[in-house]
Amino acid sequence: MAERSFAKEVEKLRLGDGEEFAGEGILAITKALLQCGVGYVGGYQGAPISHLMDVLADAQDILGELGVHFEASASEATATAMLAASVHYPIRGAATFKSTVGTNVASDALANLASGGVTGGALLIVGEDYGEGSSIMQERSHAFAMKSQVWLLDPRPNLPSIVKAVEDGFELSEASNTPVMMEVRIRCCHVHGKFIAKDNRRPAMTVADALEQPRRDTGRIVLPPASFLHEKEKISKRWPAAVDFIKSRRINEFFGRDHGAVGIVLQGGMYNAVIRALQRLGLADAYGETDIPLYVLNAVYPLIDDEFLGFCEGKDAVLVVEEGQPNYIEQAFASMLHKAGRGTRLVGKEHLPMAGEYTGQVMLDGLSSFLRAEAPMLLSAEIRAPNKTTHGEEIPDISRVVPGRPPGFCIGCPERPIFAATKLVEQELGKHHIASDIGCHLFSIMPPFELGATTMGYGLGPASASAFNSPDAKRRSISFVGDGGFWHNGLTSSIGNAVFNKNDGVIVIVDNFYSAATGGQDILSSRAGNKTKSTKHPISKAVEGMGVKWLRHIDRTYDVGKMQDTLREALTTDEKGPKVIVASSECMLNKQRREKPLVDQAIKGGTRVVKPKFGVDEDICTGDHACMRLSGCPSLSVKSLDDPLRDDPVAHIDQNCVGCGNCGEVADAAILCPSFYRADVVHNPGRWDRFLEGVRSSLIGFLQRRRENRRLTFADA
Amino acid sequence: MLDAVLPSHSVEQSGDGGVIKLAILAVGGQGGGVLADWIVDVAERNGYLAQSTSVAGVAQRTGATIYYIEMCPELDSGAGRLPVFALSPSQGDVDILIAAELMEAGRAIMRGFVTPEKTTLIASSHRIAAVSEKIEPGDGRASSAKVRETAELASKRFIAFDMEKIAVENGSMISASLLGALAGSGALPFPRESYEQTIGAGGRGVKASLAAFGGGFDGARGNAPHAARPARSADAGGQGETHLTPSSATAVDSVVPESGSTPHVGGPRKLLAGWQELTDRVDELPPAVRDMALLGLRKVVDFQDARYGLEYLGRLDRAVAVDAPEQGYALSIAAAKHLANALCYDDMIRVADLKTRSTRGARVRREVGVKDDAIVQTTEYFHPRVEEFCGSLPAALGRYIENRPRLAAFIDRRINRGRRIRTDSFSGFAALWCIGGMRRWRRALLRHKVEQAHLDRWYDLALATMPQDYALAVEILNTRRLIKGYSDTHVRAQSKFDRVLSALPMLKGRPDAADWLRRLRDAALKDEKGDMLDGALKTVATLES
Repeated sequence: MAERSFAKEVEKLRLGDGEEFAGEGILAITKALLQCGVGYVGGYQGAPISHLMDVLADAQDILGELGVHFEASASEATATAMLAASVHYPIRGAATFKSTVGTNVASDALANLASGGVTGGALLIVGEDYGEGSSIMQERSHAFAMKSQVWLLDPRPNLPSIVKAVEDGFELSEASNTPVMMEVRIRCCHVHGKFIAKDNRRPAMTVADALEQPRRDTGRIVLPPASFLHEKEKISKRWPAAVDFIKSRRINEFFGRDHGAVGIVLQGGMYNAVIRALQRLGLADAYGETDIPLYVLNAVYPLIDDEFLGFCEGKDAVLVVEEGQPNYIEQAFASMLHKAGRGTRLVGKEHLPMAGEYTGQVMLDGLSSFLRAEAPMLLSAEIRAPNKTTHGEEIPDISRVVPGRPPGFCIGCPERPIFAATKLVEQELGKHHIASDIGCHLFSIMPPFELGATTMGYGLGPASASAFNSPDAKRRSISFVGDGGFWHNGLTSSIGNAVFNKNDGVIVIVDNFYSAATGGQDILSSRAGNKTKSTKHPISKAVEGMGVKWLRHIDRTYDVGKMQDTLREALTTDEKGPKVIVASSECMLNKQRREKPLVDQAIKGGTRVVKPKFGVDEDICTGDHACMRLSGCPSLSVKSLDDPLRDDPVAHIDQNCVGCGNCGEVADAAILCPSFYRADVVHNPGRWDRFLEGVRSSLIGFLQRRRENRRLTFADA
Repeated sequence: MLDAVLPSHSVEQSGDGGVIKLAILAVGGQGGGVLADWIVDVAERNGYLAQSTSVAGVAQRTGATIYYIEMCPELDSGAGRLPVFALSPSQGDVDILIAAELMEAGRAIMRGFVTPEKTTLIASSHRIAAVSEKIEPGDGRASSAKVRETAELASKRFIAFDMEKIAVENGSMISASLLGALAGSGALPFPRESYEQTIGAGGRGVKASLAAFGGGFDGARGNAPHAARPARSADAGGQGETHLTPSSATAVDSVVPESGSTPHVGGPRKLLAGWQELTDRVDELPPAVRDMALLGLRKVVDFQDARYGLEYLGRLDRAVAVDAPEQGYALSIAAAKHLANALCYDDMIRVADLKTRSTRGARVRREVGVKDDAIVQTTEYFHPRVEEFCGSLPAALGRYIENRPRLAAFIDRRINRGRRIRTDSFSGFAALWCIGGMRRWRRALLRHKVEQAHLDRWYDLALATMPQDYALAVEILNTRRLIKGYSDTHVRAQSKFDRVLSALPMLKGRPDAADWLRRLRDAALKDEKGDMLDGALKTVATLES
């Protein structure tokens, strides 16, 4: 079950011709796919595409009615390989994933797909995860489009535009026998907007039809000599076909005045930010009407030479707004101008930064710098030569006051005790080389744990420690991989590799029952039943099947002591070969989402329910915060005491505690202090509970009174 | 670069058509998405066009997140033209900024989203400490006051009160009280009813959300009790015992907060008479010292007995006798504070005693938030080692074992493991109750002897330093703050304490010796192992004498 349910929203996918659709960008993309008569869809989750996968998963009934096949692919490579169904058959297919991490994984399939070309429209929808909120290395998808020669669409970030881009993408793909990639940036995926819907279309040919009537064409298979022909065909046939399509269908848009001394060329995705900057410079109105000529590239690859040269006609200078580096588009345009012998000055990264996100301020600074340099008369006097305004008092710099707040483990996260145990083992045995992986468990690199030296890619944690395998070393490496990464490719790339190469390191597989970091999607080892997928395949069995001999399975990660003992054993045993620990407990975010409503309902309904929560005796806590250095739980925090005798704040557990047990276990395993207590609250106690409670409290009350009647007692005022 | 382009410059012509820009900064898990959806719904209910964006994903987990909304009235209805909204906030161009936590308001200011010309800043004044603030052994928390002062300067209007408290009190989430504050601020041209309709349309937890909304609304209008300090509910004293309030407590000095000024003391008459004698002695102290001395006295008597209080006052008198009134009795006040802390060391007896008191059950229920007839079962976590075992033996026997490592290791193997004790069960409670009862023999136990010796060395050192350097003596007393924690943590604390005081020979005679000692102490409170302290000690070693 995914973190977010779209069960209600997917009903919007049924909207028909002329009805208004209101919702999130990803939902609009799904609707567009159905309107285009897509025959099959696959993909792999990862922000900002996770919700697209979740929408599709929740929309399976609707997809089924239309005869559309949907797969939650094992990886991005799988999803892209799936598009092979469009090679021989006129079936439209779509694959979706996070870019550029997903595109990296997919690139083998992508290159093969692009070589042979497609018959049915093949669309790759990539979530361009660049800039704020991104959790990956910053690269561009653009390079993949260029190297494999697939066309790249970058629509303006509003719902009508992205819906149109999906429609255009399929047609462009079919017209040029080439897969098409459409990039949507992270905020565009989550933008809330409206568009006018069309009826959904059943695919003209379904995958079932294709299975019944198989086709083949050796000329489309990637093997010499066909592959040499593909390379030539890309240039002689597919490229001109794509250029014709983009031109004739006016995929790229022109705004602003027809003629002017300066102009701006921009990626479609940059449109809103450019307009906002122009508005702030007094050069555009609310609807984007502007005096500055704009050439908006909804297709950023291929570029259309004569369209661009036409735009430059009569202009002194043109600015290219292209986010990220290298500046492929700017280079290509510069080359076009040079070869055509034009005198128009082309500028781009002189005014805008070479690297990094083009935020509102960056865009404002860049456009203003361009216009001041090339067309100062367009700017009003106050912008061209502003009077320095002072706002009276200087606003103090508080950057040293405000603490950073990087993401971290959630309240009750089952991964926290794994790293608490690792930290404790390192206190005993010394520091080790630790390799991290992609997933929530990567938060281990942050305070308070600060464990992990590298992250090399999804499922590649143990693989990235494979060099550290030396008979001369007394210390072993430790590597982590999550269940998501494990099934994505870790089973072979990491575990298989370690077995085959007799790696002596320790591998911890963090199993939280979901692909949790991407939003809690089910995977092979998920323990929940899933109507449409086959789950409950234990990781330990797969690991054993790979040939791992030393395998321990911990089915409750909160047992810090056991976790610590197991890790110690793995690091010190004489046994050779990889030592694999599978540490399993359910992702608390998902568990709470599943259980909390049920528990609340049960309490309301009068059923006996025991709910645990932790607390701290503030008079026993000495305020050293050693517990927090082994936790970092948002629910465990500091609190000032109303006591002049005490200088430092003490530990405090707030009402959000879910009673996971980490605090108590850590206090015990690390021999911290006795100030933690666990309070199991028995809601709706039964008769026996009440009886026992009555007897106990009268006995306990007797002892308490006995002592308190013989001493001075101070009641807190 | 373009710092002078005034965002508010002539809205009529700058052409965004009066788009209202609203950003929400929250901590992941606070429900910022719900709030954004509500605001969009309210805007649309009022005939506005609105667009919201967010960044979902792993970056959201407990970290700082941002939601962004733009809205404007539908000016050109029917023409098919839609205004162009931006997808992310720009520096200097945000009309309303909602921060779901105070430091997030600070972050918004840092990022330039709050400007004096246009931004209404609505912030919940409560704090969610970041990990970096929590893991310092001292007090690593950021200064809320500094952020609030800056917010006043940086914004056009600053509305801040504890909206988290309002939410919790109404059994709701902060998104509801924040929406209330937004409505109450009047920063958006929408009537209160439309917000309430939006909440009502949500369908889940409507009643609680509306109550929290109302609290937030009133707060923003200035009708709510502004972030009142949580009042401690007074626990009822013992059953039918006499209560008296020491006279000195009425003379509250401004140096000390009111707490502890009106202690209700209960107990048998004989003991109360003894207590009266003790407080009479406090009354004889210089006025500046009395409040701290009374608090200290309570603490040590509570820890042990009245005689212990007498010992405390005796030690304190040594400082008072030599103290200088012109220094404001700083030495005696520090002595009154730290002597009490030193005398009340954290041994097993104290822990067991505190965990078995009658007031504790009620406190647990309050802390855990148990209402009605639910039963609470309490589990305590203990992990005794041979060190604690020896500490609670008669001094000679304890030392005998400690001096024989093999014997100690043998015992350690038998007792060193985690023990979970159910204090709601009779056997578990009784076991702790018995340990708490060892109080009466405490003075004979090894831990007591060790602690007393340590205390005397430290206190003598401070008093001996006083004649040459008064300020340094006070700082020696304040170094006591470093001693805290149990087991290994306590050992580490002791080591830091020793390391700080090891600098004394290098510092003595310097005019700034006290400052340096304070700096060393502050450094020792910065990290667990004392790396900062070691660095600071190296600096001290290089000082020219």
